[in-house]
Amino acid sequence: MQLVKKLKKGLIILSVLTLITPAVYSAEECFEGTSRAIFKFNMALDDIVLEPLAKGYNKLPSPIKQGTSNFTSNIGLLLSIPNNLLQGNFQELGQSIGSFAINSTVGILGFFNPAEKIGLKPHKEDVGQTLGSYGIGPGCYFVLPVLGPTTARDGFGLLVDTYLDPFAHITLREKELFSTSGNSLDYYSVKATTAIDFRADNEKNFESLEKNSIDLYSSLKSIYLQDRENKIKNSFDDSDEWGNLDK
Amino acid sequence: MKRIGIYLVSLVLFFSNSLLAYSTNPKDFVNELVNDAISKLSDKNLNEDQKKTFIEKIALENVDINALGLYTLGELRKSSNEESILNYQKSFEKYFLKSLTSRLSDYSSSKFEVIEEDKKSSNYTIVQSKVTPSDGGPEIKIDWRVYTKNPDKPLIRDLIVEGLSLARTQKEEFSSILSSNNNDIKILINKLDEFTKK
Repeated sequence: MQLVKKLKKGLIILSVLTLITPAVYSAEECFEGTSRAIFKFNMALDDIVLEPLAKGYNKLPSPIKQGTSNFTSNIGLLLSIPNNLLQGNFQELGQSIGSFAINSTVGILGFFNPAEKIGLKPHKEDVGQTLGSYGIGPGCYFVLPVLGPTTARDGFGLLVDTYLDPFAHITLREKELFSTSGNSLDYYSVKATTAIDFRADNEKNFESLEKNSIDLYSSLKSIYLQDRENKIKNSFDDSDEWGNLDK
Repeated sequence: MKRIGIYLVSLVLFFSNSLLAYSTNPKDFVNELVNDAISKLSDKNLNEDQKKTFIEKIALENVDINALGLYTLGELRKSSNEESILNYQKSFEKYFLKSLTSRLSDYSSSKFEVIEEDKKSSNYTIVQSKVTPSDGGPEIKIDWRVYTKNPDKPLIRDLIVEGLSLARTQKEEFSSILSSNNNDIKILINKLDEFTKK
């Protein structure tokens, strides 16, 4: 009952925020000054904590890095399953369930990825993407401390993710599911490892972007919004924008 | 003697130009161009200035820098006067060449492979490729938006790295700078010039 109340409250907030900017392709700023300040804080945190950890992680032997990446990706798939269902995408649902089942068993707790070898490559889905697939626009854009860029829709989605994600259910909420349980330390450890793995994979890209941007905040905002747009559509196409130039 | 000198200079110019002439088929064009750039950037016999000069030359000949500049300026290209646009184009070209050389140098040790091409219209073909970093990092998918209005002279207009358009990122970056400076194109030009002088 409490969950339903919280969801209702969240939906009202989401509706108000998204009504301000219903456009699908661009997001206005919610509070740019504050977001820029948080962005600076996040960049400092990245310099001090995340980047050194990512550099260290990149020095690990390749099989360990790959195994860790596979393990966190496999756990991340648990959130895709309810979202595939909510999107009515049954083909993706089958891919997600199949991939998780095979990798968790044959792939030894997800450290190996035999599912990919038999052609199972499910897309990662979250609540923000599900709402986007319902036609809900991003709403305004802002930056969260530590977590980074988001929008009204995706920020709300992030919150609902923790209720929908079976992994969060057994760790963060310490509930039992199929005789499995954990604690919040497990949850945050996996999330932190996912972040380090992502940062390590993109070490060169971040460096290049930092070096070649006139306004890094705006570049990352653009990249975040493009990425979310592509993930919602599960494709990429910007032909119309170039078409306008030739008119 | 003077004639021989002119002849020799013409011969050198002819061959240096013909060496940089790539196929007109978009897929082969991208393949030849990128592999040429990678091989030059990783050539230990060339110094940094020689590499930079080479990259700038092939970019000027094979990238539609003018169109890219106009695209990244967004709607302001319609309301700005000719002189401002011209000044912007000059600054943008210098900015683009500097950032391109820097970006390419970062990926010069990677293996490049063209996968296929997708003709979107008579004006555009998307060439799909992948880059495998030599440090064992994950494979990067890169799509090249090739402008084919003149089929004899294809030009690159955009790079889409893992679904993220570099032109669009640039456009939105410039748009942010402009909107926080009353859409003053001079401020943007100054920022571009500052970057080039760095």
